[in-house]
Amino acid sequence: MSHALTPSQTIGPFYWGTLVNTYRADLAPPGVAGERIELVLSLFDAEGALIPDGLLEIWQANSHGRYNHPDDRRNLPLDAGFEGFGRASTDTNGEARFATVKPGRVPWPAGGMQAAHVNINVFARGVLNRLATRLYFEGDPGLAEDPVLKLVDAARRRTLIAKRDGAGIWRLPIHIGGAHETVFFDI
Amino acid sequence: MEKDIYQRPATGQHPLNLSPAYKSTVARSPKQPAIMLPQSLSEITGPSLGAERLNALENDLTRQRIGEPLGERIVVHGRVLDENGKPVPKAMVEIWQCNAAGRYHHPGDQHDAPLDPNFTGGGRVRTDDEGKYEFITIKPGAYPWKNHHNAWRPAHIHFSLFGPAFATRLITQMYFPGDPLLAYDPIYNSVPEGARTRLQASFDIETTRPEWALAYKFDVVLRGRNATPME
Repeated sequence: MSHALTPSQTIGPFYWGTLVNTYRADLAPPGVAGERIELVLSLFDAEGALIPDGLLEIWQANSHGRYNHPDDRRNLPLDAGFEGFGRASTDTNGEARFATVKPGRVPWPAGGMQAAHVNINVFARGVLNRLATRLYFEGDPGLAEDPVLKLVDAARRRTLIAKRDGAGIWRLPIHIGGAHETVFFDI
Repeated sequence: MEKDIYQRPATGQHPLNLSPAYKSTVARSPKQPAIMLPQSLSEITGPSLGAERLNALENDLTRQRIGEPLGERIVVHGRVLDENGKPVPKAMVEIWQCNAAGRYHHPGDQHDAPLDPNFTGGGRVRTDDEGKYEFITIKPGAYPWKNHHNAWRPAHIHFSLFGPAFATRLITQMYFPGDPLLAYDPIYNSVPEGARTRLQASFDIETTRPEWALAYKFDVVLRGRNATPME
């Protein structure tokens, strides 16, 4: 029997504090394998104004390229204490911070490997449907062969590629519209 | 081309990102179409939030503080299913809402209505093996907002669900049946006409607890898997 999908609605401005507080933006407790990284995602509207009331979520593989999920059946190690999910509000600067490990590469259904990436959900007042995007790492040797980036017009790929600042923090601005509009995916 | 694991929504199920009657969407909606992404492990996996320990009172929003909140106590329950009618077990369901006076326990809410020290308005529960969930709460009030002259949000409860995969993530709002404000609400009406009544709970006399609380039933349907091809 087929059931009709429940439609999406905005998260609104007053999403409950515990929606955020109970999920650490620090995904990788001590002992989790991999290169420690810090991500700062900043959120902007179509006019370039920062969005201080957004919610960002990340989902990623561990450093071995394994997702902590029953549908990832590959024989790769899972790390105790690392689920790969993070959630954080944007602050008054429109920024959300995550501390994690750099994900390993995961395969592509038609063959080959994807470059290391973090999957992102964007929610905010005025956003009626979940906006899905990705974060890649500038300078990563896998970028040139990444099958997802190949689906994106070359001029817009940079909207998905985080850059490392002087302090070693990976930064990615996410623009919901405007001249620098981020690439969003229909998944 | 590999076949997608999860069905893709037909048009007419979800709101358009740009729904100008809801003014905030104008500067907060992408202008370029989303790029169709074949589903890889990144999309068909997702967090179970399995390490999150829930305490027994997290689904009872009337017992989280010292005293009982003011307002009309209600039971909100239902099932989380997929499009194939299959229950989604062990799924985290998170809700948040304003109090009976129409005020959120949130520093950003400046509506001139009283806060209730006994109501913070957040709850979580995990569905059981049949996909069932239940919350005890109080009926949220309507409240004004600045979208247009004399704009009022109908009473609603926000719902957040992941389901089995990153692809099935859903945030939505549950409304109450017959609310006269629904006709005027641009957020509710951003959903295509044929689909919007799915966001209304139904009054449930069977689950209503005599002498104690009215019940409302709200089933949530997440994207389902495509049929596995016969080999």
